[in-house]
Amino acid sequence: MKHKTFFWFVLPSSLAMLLFIFFPILSVLIQSVHVDTEQVIKEVKNCGPFGCETITSIDQEATQALERENPLGRFAGLTTYLDRRHLAVDEVHAAWGSTTGVGDFFNQLVNLPFYKAMSFTLAYTFIVTPLVIIFGFIIAVAVNGAVKWVRGPLIFFSLLPMLVTPLVGALTLFWMVDARGIVGNALQYLASDPNLSVKASTPLTWVMLMVYGVWHSAPFAFIVYYAGLQSVNKDTLESAMIDGASRWEQIRYVIIPHLLPLTTFIALMQLMDNFRVFEPIVSFSAEAHATSLSWAIYNDLGGETRQLSSAAATSVLTILGISILLLPVLVRTWRDFTHK
Amino acid sequence: MLLRKMTLAVSLALSANVVFANCGDIAGKVSIVGNEFPAIHTVAKGAAACATDKLTVTSNLTADHQKINLAGLQGDPAEYTTAIIANSSIIALMNDDVIRPLDDLIAAHGADIPKSNLITIDGKVMAVAFMANAQHLAYRKDVLAEIGVEPPKTYEELLAAAEMIREKGIMENPVGGAYKSGWNLAQEFVNMYIGHGGEFYKPGTAEVAINNPQGVATLEMMKALTEYMNPDYLTHDSNATGAEMEAGNTALMNMWGSRIGALMDDEGAEEAVYSNIVVGGPMTVGGGTTPATTLWWDGWTVAKNASDEDAVATFVAMKNGTSPGILNDETMGEAVWMIEGYTPAPVNDGVFASIKAGSKPYPMLPFQGLLHTALGDNLSDFLQGKESAEQALADTEAAYTTAAKEKGFLN
Repeated sequence: MKHKTFFWFVLPSSLAMLLFIFFPILSVLIQSVHVDTEQVIKEVKNCGPFGCETITSIDQEATQALERENPLGRFAGLTTYLDRRHLAVDEVHAAWGSTTGVGDFFNQLVNLPFYKAMSFTLAYTFIVTPLVIIFGFIIAVAVNGAVKWVRGPLIFFSLLPMLVTPLVGALTLFWMVDARGIVGNALQYLASDPNLSVKASTPLTWVMLMVYGVWHSAPFAFIVYYAGLQSVNKDTLESAMIDGASRWEQIRYVIIPHLLPLTTFIALMQLMDNFRVFEPIVSFSAEAHATSLSWAIYNDLGGETRQLSSAAATSVLTILGISILLLPVLVRTWRDFTHK
Repeated sequence: MLLRKMTLAVSLALSANVVFANCGDIAGKVSIVGNEFPAIHTVAKGAAACATDKLTVTSNLTADHQKINLAGLQGDPAEYTTAIIANSSIIALMNDDVIRPLDDLIAAHGADIPKSNLITIDGKVMAVAFMANAQHLAYRKDVLAEIGVEPPKTYEELLAAAEMIREKGIMENPVGGAYKSGWNLAQEFVNMYIGHGGEFYKPGTAEVAINNPQGVATLEMMKALTEYMNPDYLTHDSNATGAEMEAGNTALMNMWGSRIGALMDDEGAEEAVYSNIVVGGPMTVGGGTTPATTLWWDGWTVAKNASDEDAVATFVAMKNGTSPGILNDETMGEAVWMIEGYTPAPVNDGVFASIKAGSKPYPMLPFQGLLHTALGDNLSDFLQGKESAEQALADTEAAYTTAAKEKGFLN
């Protein structure tokens, strides 16, 4: 396609993206460099069914006068990004100065909310993504090798984890691993430890979340690979067979190279999705053991007092994180484009 | 059983039109947003009884009401003309100045509302309370009889009783607690810290001050309690602890008054369990006299951005929804109603005991929500043994201070 044709072809969707993606992100960016105006506090008398007491309250008139002067709030620059809940520059610096070793420094680091979230998010992303690709590939090859008439039902059942609403799927697993659930009980029996609880242990909670992540996303990789397998060149496969290639050698030298571009696509999607891990943390009530950047945004907005600037800063950091993760793939795509 | 419930529902629906029709000649739009539990449904139904062809009454009752009520009241005209809130959640609405003072409406239409139900802040009535709530002891009387112990009046007695229950092999984890990381965990800290006589802030300021001996004692007591809880306690909210008690796994817990009815009824538990669940008063801790609990009220407000006509209609309808007319055999046990003609049932004894024992209300401060969030995020590391109590409190203070700076409460 000529570049000019291409331009007119994508113009409508580009406009939509500008309107619905670019401008909202811009507003998040602006929000993240502002904080609320100073709240003027006064002491007032508060009476209710349980008696009277003196409390502090916001002086609405004085505060609103300040807000009228600065409708966006106070400009804070990068303060929110650098504060304790985000990059925590001062705290990291202090930890570095007082540390007794790498382990101690790491402990101090993961005590800070952003780094605690990042440690789980990165572990989740880099463990779940390859496993999803491997399992998806194995399922696809297995289903493809099955007798024709069972393929339909097999595909349906393999896709089920993806069809089930994430919250429902996670809750089902959550109840199964409960100390009184079927999986939880089986684990206690296998480990012969009646007090073993998956939900009370940080490492086991991480494993549970990752198992859920693989279970939920493997069907996506499967269906992409399965579609790819339908277009494998039959002639190449047959000539490989005639040359005496074993089943494994056929997979290694014919099928895998053929599916490689698809792997890039799946890796791209999965890196983005897994970096934004959120639903399992909420539905597994795993906040005490594992947090993620998306969960931090949700937590900032879900309290009785909404913390918009903090949530906005975390959102921008999430976008930056995803961009860094995808950089190698994007560079490769750009090179392919310019080579043409 | 089902048939009986259905006939009851029908007779209630029929009687509704007769009992509630005392709204006078009002017109406009009433739109309610609020939490979702039986007592709130009753209030919304009572308000809806005012509906005529000139007056529409709609309601959106959901457990997620706090996520939508502020946005729903900010528009002009407001999407919701009234929000049903509690003493913690009114703060978010007051901070953003979206609810109107009710003094003029009370003078014109509400002279008969009891003075004690009016929530007055800085001389202006901002809400009308209609029910009270508190956390207090709920226990299994058969289990306590078996170990020969009186219902505990302090947390120290509760720990001793828990140890005896475990030793005798009656239950492995006899203590229940809503210690789910987040809001619930923070709420338990607030209770226990008040019980230890702690103050959350330096007087008259928004500067937090919880990293002190009372704060440490609070965390130590919470950790001591968790030793007798189901090991999954950091994932248990009050629904889950209630289920644990109904399953017969726990014998002692600090529970919301509004949830006791569900524990004592014949659904979800065996007879041997539910017939033995009884309520006690609130408990004190560390030799203190203030109970380690907080008092709560639920009340209704009127949106600032509602037209005068809608504000009058809303006021009258909500007043009707919380009038003596809504009380009948079915609704009487749903809450500790602060309404004339209310006769308490045994399920409500705990809340009354909490009020009588001089418990403090949950702090109504503009920055308390930020501290609550910070507590919920930072205490679980200590309970899991990953860090010291001082470190957990220091983390909480640092998290709160960062948030308070961003919201403009601190410089």
